[in-house]
Amino acid sequence: MAAGIVNLTDATFDETIQASDKPIIVDFWADWCGPCKMIAPILGEIAAEHADSITVAKLNVDENPEMGMRFGVQSIPTLLVFQNGTLAKRMVGAKGKGQMLQELSEFLGTSH
Amino acid sequence: MSHHHVLIIGSGPAGLTAAIYTARANLAPLVIEGEPSSTSDQPGGQLMLTTEVENFPGFPDGIMGPELMMKFREQAARFGATYVTTKVTKIETGQRPFVVHTHDEVYTADAVIIATGAQSLMLGLEAESRLLGHGLSTCATCDGFFFRGQDIAVVGGGDSALEEAIFLTKFASTVTLVVRRDVLRASKIMQDRAMANPKMKFLWNHQVVDLKGQDKLEGAVVQNTKTGEQSNLDITGIFIAIGHVPNTGLFSGILDMEDSGYLITRPGSTYTNIDGVFACGDVQDHTYRQAITAAGSGCMAAIDAERWLEAHH
Repeated sequence: MAAGIVNLTDATFDETIQASDKPIIVDFWADWCGPCKMIAPILGEIAAEHADSITVAKLNVDENPEMGMRFGVQSIPTLLVFQNGTLAKRMVGAKGKGQMLQELSEFLGTSH
Repeated sequence: MSHHHVLIIGSGPAGLTAAIYTARANLAPLVIEGEPSSTSDQPGGQLMLTTEVENFPGFPDGIMGPELMMKFREQAARFGATYVTTKVTKIETGQRPFVVHTHDEVYTADAVIIATGAQSLMLGLEAESRLLGHGLSTCATCDGFFFRGQDIAVVGGGDSALEEAIFLTKFASTVTLVVRRDVLRASKIMQDRAMANPKMKFLWNHQVVDLKGQDKLEGAVVQNTKTGEQSNLDITGIFIAIGHVPNTGLFSGILDMEDSGYLITRPGSTYTNIDGVFACGDVQDHTYRQAITAAGSGCMAAIDAERWLEAHH
């Protein structure tokens, strides 16, 4: 796990989302998902470069099936962004860093 | 702008084998590996979306596709290959050195090896973009898990369709294979496995003409290819495996290609119509399309490029 990425479980999910004072992006992933592996380093970079504006978290759907079901995740990677404790954005599928930053721009305080 | 002896576009078995060989020849190749996506057009190529690879020599117990590609990547890095995780947007071959553009950089190279592979075809239905990730999937290994105990379908009749369908029976209650004809293109061993699987059903002579549901898939409309009669298929998940198209849009008007888009190489070699530009793997092969044949042609491209560089530089 890259530094600066929060590892969530079904048990810690709600508490972490509610307590976060910054937007929090949750990566729903699993070990057997190739595209999930490809975006892992990108999320690590985003976590490091935008630590002031956003928190990056991961949730392993294999070990934590409940949250995926609650949010209707049917494809991974799925990235959900929570702001003030509520779901603010859903991104399905792996993407390059440029496109990911663009889609997250409203949470990063950057403009494109 | 940085200059490289060898620049490789693509990072499946062909591109990474070319990287291993050119790196070992001290040519310090730069690999522009592509961008993550949930289709097969991504770093590591089509094997990133597969499960167990059983026919790659050297792995008697099989190996997971993504793991095999990570090993290829590490092996090339060990000998000095470097990677850029982005897409090529333009290539200029009218000047030497060649110029290769990405989203935010420009590179020059004495020789270019093209290994951009092929990507999965979609059905071309309007509903596809709406339902992608909501019951429609391009990656059985990624998403099969979410269809536990459900009735789902796989569209296609080739080896990859059967591989996906059999994998999905681990999770789903039933997997219906929708096949356009009344025969399968797949290899005998895959056909036997599919036929013997009690969770597999076969819908022969049918094609999918529409998908139902707004926020999530609620079924598919299928049409009999002989009678034209339409009916509903009651499913909550659908996986598409109807074939591939080569990723050659970038080279249109530059490199010779067949009507189907596959690059043309000089027989028995990886030479394209432009001196110093080589092509290997699925981007120039619509016949074999295996990891091992892609790797083999990647090796050929590396040796062709190395010899060409020795003669011309």
